[in-house]
Amino acid sequence: MPRTKENAYEEFVKGLWRDNPVFVQVLGMCPMLAVTNSAINAIAMGLATFFVLVGSSLLVSSLRRWIPKQIRISCYIIIIATFVTVTDFTLQALVPKVHKELGAFIPLIVANCMILGRQEAFAAKHSVRLAVIDALGMASGFMFALFTLGAVREILGEGALFGVSLFGADFEPWIIMILPPGGFLTLGLLLLFFSWVKERKQQMIARLAEAEGEAQ
Amino acid sequence: MTSESNTTATGSEPTSARLVLTLSLAGLLSGLIIVTIFEVTLPTITAYKAQELRKAVFKVLPGVASMKRLVYRDGELSHSDEELPEQEAVYGGYGADGQLVGYAIPAEGPGFQDTISLLYGLMPDQRKVTGMEILASRETPGLGDKIYKDADFVASFLSLAIDPEIRAVKKGRRSAPNELDAITGATISSKAVVRIINQANDQWLPRLAPSSPRGANDAEN
Repeated sequence: MPRTKENAYEEFVKGLWRDNPVFVQVLGMCPMLAVTNSAINAIAMGLATFFVLVGSSLLVSSLRRWIPKQIRISCYIIIIATFVTVTDFTLQALVPKVHKELGAFIPLIVANCMILGRQEAFAAKHSVRLAVIDALGMASGFMFALFTLGAVREILGEGALFGVSLFGADFEPWIIMILPPGGFLTLGLLLLFFSWVKERKQQMIARLAEAEGEAQ
Repeated sequence: MTSESNTTATGSEPTSARLVLTLSLAGLLSGLIIVTIFEVTLPTITAYKAQELRKAVFKVLPGVASMKRLVYRDGELSHSDEELPEQEAVYGGYGADGQLVGYAIPAEGPGFQDTISLLYGLMPDQRKVTGMEILASRETPGLGDKIYKDADFVASFLSLAIDPEIRAVKKGRRSAPNELDAITGATISSKAVVRIINQANDQWLPRLAPSSPRGANDAEN
């Protein structure tokens, strides 16, 4: 029992950091670069993806015995597309302002390879519980990444966060940061930071192992 | 991490019939769900759009108390709430006394990145534009989106002469009542807005001529 519990925790946490869909797996770049020009858009996109991913994983995992192997990808796409359309209409009805901003990118969630990837690599092979936990972790990791990028770009590009001005009127916004190049720049720097952290960690582990070896 | 082997229960090859059946079933269920959610959300979405349009009409036409949707049919304007794709419509704004104040005209045209659709107020008897509201656009954030975020630019449409045509000029060079300052860094978007309005004027002014039934004796400001 304790093993499965730990397992579940592990499945959740891996999506947040070690296997972060954006910073480590570098998946789902289209929405990543397109809608992160403000923190609020990034969060809205993150939530939409969250709903689609968790819903699809739940369904794919519970139907995994009935989906023939030969047509599994088509089935996954149908399931994902249904969730995306539901999200699209719901956002349009409940928060039309957000929908107007995200516009064309909501339907494109269907093509987010991160979501299809989780179905094929995880949900189709694991129990419903683990699949949902994995989806929760991955979706949170994706949202975290979107928010980081959106916040950095909004702060530098508009001098504001969530539309609240941070630096006063004297700040000259770096407009490039909310334009497409700013997305690439920020993402590149964040990826650099993540691989730097990873490298340092590996070095530290290696050093620890060495020290332990000497001690014995 | 994902070391578990293939767990699809069907060991033997499923028949094509079963594959077709599964996919059809999936498609059918998906279709049902989508239709349901569409039907559930449609009233809210339509109501919101109508409300947004109403708000925009009242914004571009100052001093208006009520509005009516007018379609251009057989050479004249008539009231109709029915939306037919081939008909072009404007919104007539009426003052508290029921007199026609002006028209709110929806128009669209190419912007810098995508179609800009907007609504503007027009008083044909005074030959001026009384306001402009962007309904949908995908202009560059930070630059082109100033066509609705820049208060000065939006305000320059509040009283703008339409003869001989509206012109966007370099910032600070404005010298005539039919000229307005283009936004620095967003010249293309500014000019696109002006061009859209000019084109719509060309199209609608002859139809909304001051000699129209109610507009003739209107002398309101």
